[in-house]
Order: sequence, then structure tokens, then C-alpha cells
Amino acid sequence: MIEFWLIPVVMMLVIVGLFPPIAGYIVLVERKVLADMQVRLGPMRVGPHGLLQPLADALKLLLKEDIIPRDSDKGIFYVAPILSMFTAFVAFGVVPFSEQFRIADVNVGLLVISALGSVGILGIVLGGWSSNSHYPLLGALRSSAQLVSYELAMGLGLVCGVMSAGTLSMVQIVRNQQTQGVWYVFDNWGAMAPAFLIFFIAAVAETNRSPFDLPEAESELVAGFHTEYSGFRWALYMLAEYGNIFVVSAVSVTLFWGGWLRPFPSVGWLEVPLNYGVPFLLFAGPGIASIVLLAPKLKYAPHRYGMLVVGGALTLVGAILLIPAVNAVAAAPFWFLLKVAFFLYVMIWFRGTFPRYRYDQLMDIGWKVLIPLGLGTIALNAVVGMI
Amino acid sequence: MLEGYLPLFVFLVLCIAFPLAALLVGKALRPSVFAPAKLESYECGIEAVGGARGRYSVRFYLVAILFVIFDVETVFLFPWAVRYKQLGWFGVAEALVFLGILVVGYVWAYKKGALEWV
Repeated sequence: MIEFWLIPVVMMLVIVGLFPPIAGYIVLVERKVLADMQVRLGPMRVGPHGLLQPLADALKLLLKEDIIPRDSDKGIFYVAPILSMFTAFVAFGVVPFSEQFRIADVNVGLLVISALGSVGILGIVLGGWSSNSHYPLLGALRSSAQLVSYELAMGLGLVCGVMSAGTLSMVQIVRNQQTQGVWYVFDNWGAMAPAFLIFFIAAVAETNRSPFDLPEAESELVAGFHTEYSGFRWALYMLAEYGNIFVVSAVSVTLFWGGWLRPFPSVGWLEVPLNYGVPFLLFAGPGIASIVLLAPKLKYAPHRYGMLVVGGALTLVGAILLIPAVNAVAAAPFWFLLKVAFFLYVMIWFRGTFPRYRYDQLMDIGWKVLIPLGLGTIALNAVVGMI
Repeated sequence: MLEGYLPLFVFLVLCIAFPLAALLVGKALRPSVFAPAKLESYECGIEAVGGARGRYSVRFYLVAILFVIFDVETVFLFPWAVRYKQLGWFGVAEALVFLGILVVGYVWAYKKGALEWV
């Protein structure tokens, strides 16, 4: 009984307690990466290299006045952001961070996630509708049409992956990839790769990210569906957005990229370089680099010491991951989070490089390109997978 | 089998409690200064003309209907996809027939111009 509840309860508290700050840091990474792509520095003032910016943002949001417009439908206006955040967070409940680190392993995990995604649309639509104002209404209408269109393509991509996995349980999907000896994105002699691409493009559209961020197209709709939201209610929408981004990345990793498995999990001699070397280099490398290269350049003394502390902490984490007992437990979640981080980076990269689509182009991509392609990919995989 | 869902339900309750608690805590911290102009709907700094509950394009309605049709079809594919390997070529043939019917419907909708966005 205790063994059954211990890890789920700890994971619940970790997710609810840690994801909001993590989302804050994803925002910081996004701002920094975008800044770098546009040859500027991004946040630099709050903490060394802006490292405390998320903290300042969170405090600001908590202290901001919560304004409810006079004309809005109060009840729905209150509930909509909570609904949005709730669906985004519950989806974490079936995401397996490793074989042990998960909240629930239900036999329809993948369906739970897509069902929650569909309910999540309601949060956006109701929020825009209940604002009773022009821009939010337009944003809500656009987003409802966009989200339902791309949900179809997303479902078609998922069906392909499920054909190889033969199960809907998120944990079992990864186990099957281990026993079959292939990450499903490489399955069926490459026929699965387009399925992943369809899924990922649709996932980017589902999370309202660039280049499909028309629901909040700021150049034409002010802020789209959340124009009237302020303070912490707005923050809930942002949390939901970053929660959704994390969840779709986690689904791509679980279904197509081997979940918590390291590359080549069946090749024994790679265990030491991959499970020990890569985490150590990834943590200690930047840690030492920030101590040696970044810290001495900072003029302001508290920033310099802060940078030294951050660098030291990163190096320490790298060193702790070298302890065999820790590594045995931490290697699997490390690989899972590394892959998820890669897809988060890809989404930020999209935002930095692609211009926004026009609305008719968006609907054309959804209905005239992705859906026929998705149907074709299912037929192709069905035939190739049998041979 | 069903007890696997229990942690999920506990998590569900926690996920509702978290935003509510955060909003309540925020209520104690944040200022609340009444001013009538603050409560106006946003309209780029001028007074809004007309309510938001106006007419909008029928296209959105059409997309919603098409979505319901195609989404149900996708859901039908999931059980087959799970049992794909056990069902073998017979299952593949049936799925291809099903997809064929779906494509006929899709082509019809395409020809009718239901997918055009003007």
C-alpha cells in the first residue's frame, strides 16, 4: 500500500510545486534563446544574466490587481483559466518520467492525454467568449477552429505510433520500444518518420505556438483570447500554455523517441559513456564554464558571486550524477527530460525563425495538407508494418 | 486494473485545488482599487462600439461539424491500431476499406468547397 502510493504522491507534489517555477525558467530560456537569435542579450538585470527574472515575474503577477471587466460573464470568466490550467496539469498524471517515476500508469494513458487536450480547448473558448469584448471573441473563435482542425491531424499521427506500440499505456509503449529494439520514429523502414512530423506540426498548432499562434496574434488581435485577463488569472493561462508544451513534447518523446531509454539501450558497453559521461558533461561543463568564463566578466559583485554559486551548483549536480547509486535511479529521468528539453528548444527555435501564417493558410495546412497526409501515412504504415 | 486510476483522481483534485489556492493567496496580497474606467472592455483606449455578441462567419460552424465527423472516424481507428499486429492482413484490409470510405467523404467535402477558407 505504502509502496504503491509513495512515488505517485511525491511526484504529484513535485509536479504541482515545481512546474510553475520550471515554466518560469522555460520562459527565461525562451527569451534568452530568442534574444540570441536576434543578436541581443535578453534579460540581464535581475540576477546574474537574468537568472532571477522568473522569480521577479512570479512576484509581480501575484501582486497585480485582478480586473474583471464589467460586461463579462463573471462566473465563466472566473472558471475558464482554472479549467485551462487544470487540464494541462492533469495530463502530467500519465506522463512516465521513468519506469518508476510516474503518477499513474493507466491502460489508456494516451487517450487520457488527448481527451484532456480536447477539454483544454474549452478553457480558451470560454475565456474569450465570457470576456464579452471584440478581440477576445475573435481570438476564441479562431482558436476553437484552429484547435479542432489540428486535433484531427494529431490523432492521425498518434494512430500510426499506436499501431507499432500495440498499447495505449504510456509506460508499456516505452517498454515495447525496448523489447522491439527500435524507437518508433525509426520503425517501419522510415515510414513512421512522416507520422511523427505530422504529429509534431499539429502539436505545435495545438499549443498555440508560433508559427500557428493566431489565437493571440498580437499584431492584429491585441492578445487574442486573454486580452481581458490580468494578474494571476493571466498567469494561469501562461502556465497552461507551457504545461501543454511540456506535455506534447513528453508525448512525442514517449511514443516516438523511446521515452526514458538512452540511445542504443541494448548495447551494454555504451552504458558508461552515455549514462555517466553525458549527464556529467551537460551539468559540469556549463557549470565550470560559467565559473571560469562568465563570472569574472561580471562587474557587479553580487552578480559575480551569484554566478559562482550557480556554476558551483551545476558542477555539483554533475558530480552527484556520477555516484553509481544515484545514477542508477536518475539516468532514466535524465534522458527523458533531455529529450523533452530538445523538443522545447525546437519549439522556441520555430518561434525565432518562422513568420506567422495567415488564417486561410493555417486552415489549408490543417485540412488540405496534414489530414490527407495523415490518412496516407496510416495506410502506408499499415501495409509496410505487416511486411 | 482500476486501482491504477486512483492516483490520477487524487492528482485531479490537487490540480483543481492548486489554482484556487493560488488565487486566494493572491487575493490577500494584491491591491483592489475601484475605478469605473478600469472595468471597461478593452478597445484600444476608446469606448467600445456595440457588444461582442454580434454575428460571425458561418465557416466556424462548418469547421466544427467537419471536425465532429472526422474526429469520430479517428477514434474508430484507435481500437484497430491497438490490435493491429494480432489482426494481421485481414485487419489491414478492413482498415484500408474504412479509410477509403473516409477519403471519399473527404473528397466530396473538398469538391463542395467546404474546406475553402475565404
